[in-house]
Amino acid sequence: MKFKQSSVLPGFNLALGYSLLYLSLIVLLPLTALFAKTMGLDWATFWAIVTEPRVVATYKVTFGASLIAALINLFVGMLIAWVLVRYPFPGKRFIDALVDLPFALPTAVAGIALATLYAPNGLMGEPLDKLGIKVAFTPLGIVLALTFITLPFVVRTVQPVLEDMERELEEAASSLGATRWQIFSKVILPTIFPALLTGFTLAFARAIGEFGSVIFIAGNMPFKSEITPLMIISKLEQYDYMGATAIAVVMLLVSFGLLLLINGLQWWMAKRLGRRK
Amino acid sequence: MSTAINNLNNKVVTTESAWVRYLLTGLALLLIAILLIVPLLSVFYEALHQGWGLYKDALIESDALSAIQLTLIVAAISLPLNLVFGVAAAWAIAKFDFKGKSILVTLIDLPFAVSPVVAGLIYVLLFGAHGWWGAWLMDNDIKIIFAVPGIVLATVFVTFPFVARELIPLMEAQGSDEEQAALVLGASGWQTFWHVTLPNIKWGLLYGVILANARAMGEFGAVSVISGHIRGMTNTIPLHVEILYNEYNFVAAFACASILALLALLTLALKSYVEWRTEQQAIEDRKHAIEAV
Amino acid sequence: MLRKLSLALILSGLSAVTFAETTLLNVSYDVMRDFYKDYNPAFAKYYDAKFSDKVTIQQSHGGSSKQARSVIDGLEADVVTMNMSTDIDAIVEKGKQINAGWDKKFPNEAAPFSSLQVLIVRKGNPKGIKDWNDLAKAGVQVVVPNPKTSGNGRYTFLAAWGAALKQNGGNEAKAREFTQAIFANVPVLDAGGRAATTTFMQRQIGDVLVTFENEAEMIAREFGRGNFEVIYPSVSIDADLPVAVVDKVVDKKGSRKVATEYLNYLWSVPGQEIAAQNYLRPRNTAVAAKYAKQFPAIKLFGVADFGGLKAAQKKFFDDGAIYDQIAADIAKKK
Repeated sequence: MKFKQSSVLPGFNLALGYSLLYLSLIVLLPLTALFAKTMGLDWATFWAIVTEPRVVATYKVTFGASLIAALINLFVGMLIAWVLVRYPFPGKRFIDALVDLPFALPTAVAGIALATLYAPNGLMGEPLDKLGIKVAFTPLGIVLALTFITLPFVVRTVQPVLEDMERELEEAASSLGATRWQIFSKVILPTIFPALLTGFTLAFARAIGEFGSVIFIAGNMPFKSEITPLMIISKLEQYDYMGATAIAVVMLLVSFGLLLLINGLQWWMAKRLGRRK
Repeated sequence: MSTAINNLNNKVVTTESAWVRYLLTGLALLLIAILLIVPLLSVFYEALHQGWGLYKDALIESDALSAIQLTLIVAAISLPLNLVFGVAAAWAIAKFDFKGKSILVTLIDLPFAVSPVVAGLIYVLLFGAHGWWGAWLMDNDIKIIFAVPGIVLATVFVTFPFVARELIPLMEAQGSDEEQAALVLGASGWQTFWHVTLPNIKWGLLYGVILANARAMGEFGAVSVISGHIRGMTNTIPLHVEILYNEYNFVAAFACASILALLALLTLALKSYVEWRTEQQAIEDRKHAIEAV
Repeated sequence: MLRKLSLALILSGLSAVTFAETTLLNVSYDVMRDFYKDYNPAFAKYYDAKFSDKVTIQQSHGGSSKQARSVIDGLEADVVTMNMSTDIDAIVEKGKQINAGWDKKFPNEAAPFSSLQVLIVRKGNPKGIKDWNDLAKAGVQVVVPNPKTSGNGRYTFLAAWGAALKQNGGNEAKAREFTQAIFANVPVLDAGGRAATTTFMQRQIGDVLVTFENEAEMIAREFGRGNFEVIYPSVSIDADLPVAVVDKVVDKKGSRKVATEYLNYLWSVPGQEIAAQNYLRPRNTAVAAKYAKQFPAIKLFGVADFGGLKAAQKKFFDDGAIYDQIAADIAKKK
């Protein structure tokens, strides 16, 4: 087997060579440094660092809050995508553009804005506080920040699939006597399911690594509202490079695993949609 | 045809009853208002509620100006680097078949999933005084971290996938028929690229650059780890916002934050325009195709 | 073309960093901003008058340990001005940029001034907080920065521990119980002293903020004097705020003279006056007498009671040490 299928187009060697060189320099080499540094640890020490109770507590907070935020966005995102594709309303173009705000707004700005709004004396925080709900400086604040940051993912993965859906299928189902709800659950949902899952996973992956917006609103209590990236910073500030690197490796492996999962999902989605067509 | 069926048989419904539509639309708009619009407006409110004077003072203060300048320089360096890479990678991946392609695509996506804090840490491990090359850099008096190059590197890392991610699916969808035709007609490789490929991908390219730019100017976590926070020298706007915030200078913090928020709005506007242009181009292409037939 | 342009931009960025005139980088912790804002122009004027050399002083501020970490990783500070000697010791040990014995190169173990931990309460003191004991009571919320990442937080921990030891005749188990009760009352554990103040003053969270005496003055300037009260506990910890020249950097840059002058001037009468005006307790007896009114005399114990800060760090704040155990116990009980 040949490495490359033959093609009349030129520039393959140059383009691939440059891409690989640049990728190696900017991404692979620095990440290798991370692994090389942890090689200095024996397995037992590494394991002891990454399973220390306080660190494990940060995994729970990080993964738990990310999961909840991604779940919230699964529903919110689907609703927004649905409304944007199916229902006409004034200012739609504006709202559609606004959905991407969390991608465009720096996370630190989102962090201070949310902390100010949801503090017990803030515009949103004060009424909530009267109801006995504390948002800022609690795990709920982390969920809020992560929900904000990851809002566009599900919308943007589901929207194109909904747009491309053939209405004939729904018409056919309807003429066969299916109710609207049955059509939704039996026809529409299965079609957008891979997109939903991809959006959910993307949101989850992004939420796990988020730092800028969370630190302003988290409260950072040990075992309660400390996130894993903060733990890395905290280890660094105790001059514990090994500890910081070990936790970073764990995060990196999780990110890489999620990324493989996402690519797998997208491949599955392409295949399903392709089959439909 | 579907309308004909609708007229014949009232039972065929492809939408919900009016009240469900209003309810869902209302709910979606409410959520967008609470989650997106209120936080955005609050930035401007906090920045301006003590008047224009304080707002203006916060922005023309010298540390703020140098933070803005640094942010622009960092974006101006990191974007072209990633642009060239994005085009090269997309050319290789979309126009050719080779082994290990899917691994390459996953690796390109990697910076997108890596926590910004980890992104900062890896450069400390490489270029820090006790990192791999720290001693050598120190001996040769080359500053990477706690100086502009380090901030650029971290920014390049976090914005690495944006252009490539936009271009790969676009170029895959376009195929390479047009390029092959140009080559057969005697154009050189570069001519083909400049006159055939580039016009086809220009809007996708711009789209990627706009998103990368927003991220480059707003990056906090990675830059925070390696900046050194020297006032007026290595603070980008987001770091300057944090410093002002920690100085109890809330008006100034939100004033600088509002610059970033304005930038975000500009990004969204440009993005919408590019999307609109892409649609227009698609429609025109279809017209040409029909005319050609 | 673009790459050439970007290379040129990188180089111009580099040159801006490398080829300026006499510059001095002071890497400091975050509560010292206001002091150095006053001190730097005064020193520049003095230095220009004495050596006819214009010096530009750059400042970098952040959490004390974070700043020390940056210096260890290569941030080219000429001088460091920290809030704990352990942060400078870390630079000596991990980074080797500062030579051992730095605390002998200047008077007062290289600490030109000191501060102490005070209690800041809401106007009218609604919870009636008078002393450390009141912080351990149920229903009182105490705002403190995180002792793992903040020197301010560590001094608070040591102050509470020391006060309890004094009350209980040196009983360590009692001291631990007492300190745990206080930290169980902490609703938000910020990473640094400044963030803790924001939480208390801006967000209106908590009944009492424990912080440095000089920080209390900063709060008064930023938030208005009428909004809070400062309570001096019966006993507190003497927080020496050490400074050091970064040997490796000044030798490379050839800036040892100006760096040493910069730190020496802290002990001069004008330097000590600026310190006193920023509510840092001066060493100079004449200056101390002049500003005696703003520094109530209270009983102090030093870090020497804990066998020095190094021993205290190991016993209380290292990973898995007493503070971590206390934090784990609190989390379990909730």
